[in-house]
Amino acid sequence: MKLNQIVEKKQLNQVVYLMGIYNPAVANKAKAGQFVIFKHKESERIPLTIADCNSKMGIVYIVFQQAGVSTAILSRANVGEQLDHFAGPLGNATNFEKVKSACVVAGGVGAAIAYPIAKTLHSQNAKVDAILGFRSKNLVFFEEKFQTVADTHIVTDDGSYAQKGLVTYSLEQLLNTKQYDCVFVVGPLPMMKAVANLTKEYSVKTIASMNPIMIDGTGMCGGCRLTVDGKTKFACVDGPDFDAHKVDFDQLIARNKTYQQFERHAYDKYCNLLKK
Amino acid sequence: MINTQKTKTPMPHQDAKLRINNFDEVALGYTVQQAQNEALRCLSCKNSPCTTGCPVNVDIKKFISQIVEGDFESAYQTIAKTNCLPAVCGRVCPQEIQCESKCVCGIKGQPVAIGRLERFVADWHAQRQTTQTSTCTKQKIAVVGSGPSGLACAGDLARLGYQVTVFEALHVLGGVLAYGIPQFRLPKEIVENEVENLKKLGVEFQTNVVIGKLFDVDELKNQGYSAIYLATGAGLPKFMNIPGEGLSGVYSANEYLTRINLMKAYLENSTTPILKGKKVCVVGGGNVAMDAARSALRMGSEVHVVYRRGEQELPARKEEIEHGKEEGLIFDFLTNPVKILGKDGFVVGMECVKMQLGQPDASGRRRPEEIPQSNFVIDCDLVIMALGTSPNPLLKNSTPNLQTDKWGCIVVDQNGQTSMENVYAGGDATTGSATVILAMSQGKLVAKSIDEKLKNQ
Repeated sequence: MKLNQIVEKKQLNQVVYLMGIYNPAVANKAKAGQFVIFKHKESERIPLTIADCNSKMGIVYIVFQQAGVSTAILSRANVGEQLDHFAGPLGNATNFEKVKSACVVAGGVGAAIAYPIAKTLHSQNAKVDAILGFRSKNLVFFEEKFQTVADTHIVTDDGSYAQKGLVTYSLEQLLNTKQYDCVFVVGPLPMMKAVANLTKEYSVKTIASMNPIMIDGTGMCGGCRLTVDGKTKFACVDGPDFDAHKVDFDQLIARNKTYQQFERHAYDKYCNLLKK
Repeated sequence: MINTQKTKTPMPHQDAKLRINNFDEVALGYTVQQAQNEALRCLSCKNSPCTTGCPVNVDIKKFISQIVEGDFESAYQTIAKTNCLPAVCGRVCPQEIQCESKCVCGIKGQPVAIGRLERFVADWHAQRQTTQTSTCTKQKIAVVGSGPSGLACAGDLARLGYQVTVFEALHVLGGVLAYGIPQFRLPKEIVENEVENLKKLGVEFQTNVVIGKLFDVDELKNQGYSAIYLATGAGLPKFMNIPGEGLSGVYSANEYLTRINLMKAYLENSTTPILKGKKVCVVGGGNVAMDAARSALRMGSEVHVVYRRGEQELPARKEEIEHGKEEGLIFDFLTNPVKILGKDGFVVGMECVKMQLGQPDASGRRRPEEIPQSNFVIDCDLVIMALGTSPNPLLKNSTPNLQTDKWGCIVVDQNGQTSMENVYAGGDATTGSATVILAMSQGKLVAKSIDEKLKNQ
């Protein structure tokens, strides 16, 4: 096998893909919560949280949602192809110290990032609940994987599968009956914000995995900065995990819209190119 | 016969009106005739004061006399003896405070244009170069970072016969030469050419390897590297910690320049986005501020350089300031931002306060002080912070035995040795933001230290 070769590719739902990349050094070193940066063909440099690793086989698994030009380029790469650039593991590993009971809350593609967290907690004999939220039934993925490591609750926005509602609904029920050392949350910013607001009422420590706009992922550009407890932090070197009760979510929600127009335009242009 | 002309032979330039519409190189380089005309201005002073002003002590008098003789290849070899990146240094060195500041011609007129001559010789050689190869059979050495310091160290060690591997975190080689300094000042082909030369010398390069993350220093030792040179630069951008810095439309100069230089966001088909801005404020007065400001001009913006001290105190290279002025940069001196104003998450203005210069501070420069109640607003839609950088914390965090000072700079002795055995450091990682040539000179020093240490083992 060649370095950075795609050895596995699976479509998990309409827009979410799983890929196994051969990179023994990264697979050997990566811990839950860390990310990689890929660049392939004319794509941008894109950070993706590591979904799983097989250190014996030297494979790093990434899960991504096709959302713009760069992820579209990646989604069109096939098994056997070598990615041009693949750097990692970046960011700090999630801190699981002294966590004996936890709830892992994920929304959409965030389930992929939440899985290694649940898996690691399970392996250290913690009691783990998992709440996975999806828009509807056809988008659900990783349910079986989670069931092997956590007591798993699925919610869908439209009620087409399992419990209808938002993750906060299920979380509130669990918070009313259980004691957690920590809640881990990964997903869209408004969802993480809602979870943080809820757990704050219950005074349960909550860790959010942040995924802001990045270029280098090593602290050089400062594009991934966010405000935590009134201080400027870089998600790549100080995070990506932060105390969810201290993150200024509103600022980050605004910052993540910086290139919305450009990206929509670039994506349309790319799709038109493919049609030709 | 000495040329008694009092001023430097003018350098051909792209016209300012034309060049603000492209990213092509501004200074076009001397012709043979212009170079020889300029070389003839050198008085060949007995004690060569110019050489004492050069951080790597290039034998300037000798290479200039070789230009006069028309022996350009020998001139190149003279420079290359102590400077392995002459095409880069000829373009980006602040000659006015180094070699040229010591030139005797500068007393009654302008100094000899040493930088331009260095560039001429390097470019002449690059067009006609012959492949230099060497056999590397000595111990394995790891160089961390492919910026000017790492390249200099790698080149010298390879020439001494060591097997050198350079690890680079980004997907492109060159460090700040690739992501920081723009194309119009340092064409990327020149950096690529220098890297190619090192490859021919036997240096191995590995991109996408973040030392401190993928491997730590001890792991490199276990992989059989007898010595390690840490040249990781000062990558972390500083911010002012004023309200509004989290708004969309506030960039660090590093981010703005990286989007343009490394990710080519100025090209129409780039997938990397960049905010263009009608009116841009660049905060700071150093070379990086000039690079960001002149890049913004080329992106089609009206650009203000907002600097808290006066024109005399601008730390940027003189030529860059002059070029910037020709291109239409507007300088707002004695002005300091206090708040960035936003609407719907995007920048709409910057509130500033007027400054005056007080007593000199520890750096010898007069300390700027706020004039009370002088606040005013500059309407702008983009703010670029070019306030300097601090060393990257990745290595420090992963290497507890590596001693650093309170600013996060790696502590080294006069040989470049760190607190860990056979681990050396240099460049901006040890000094904080400095110059290409200083970083290079430390890379060369460490190459010598490593050779001294290992050659008898």
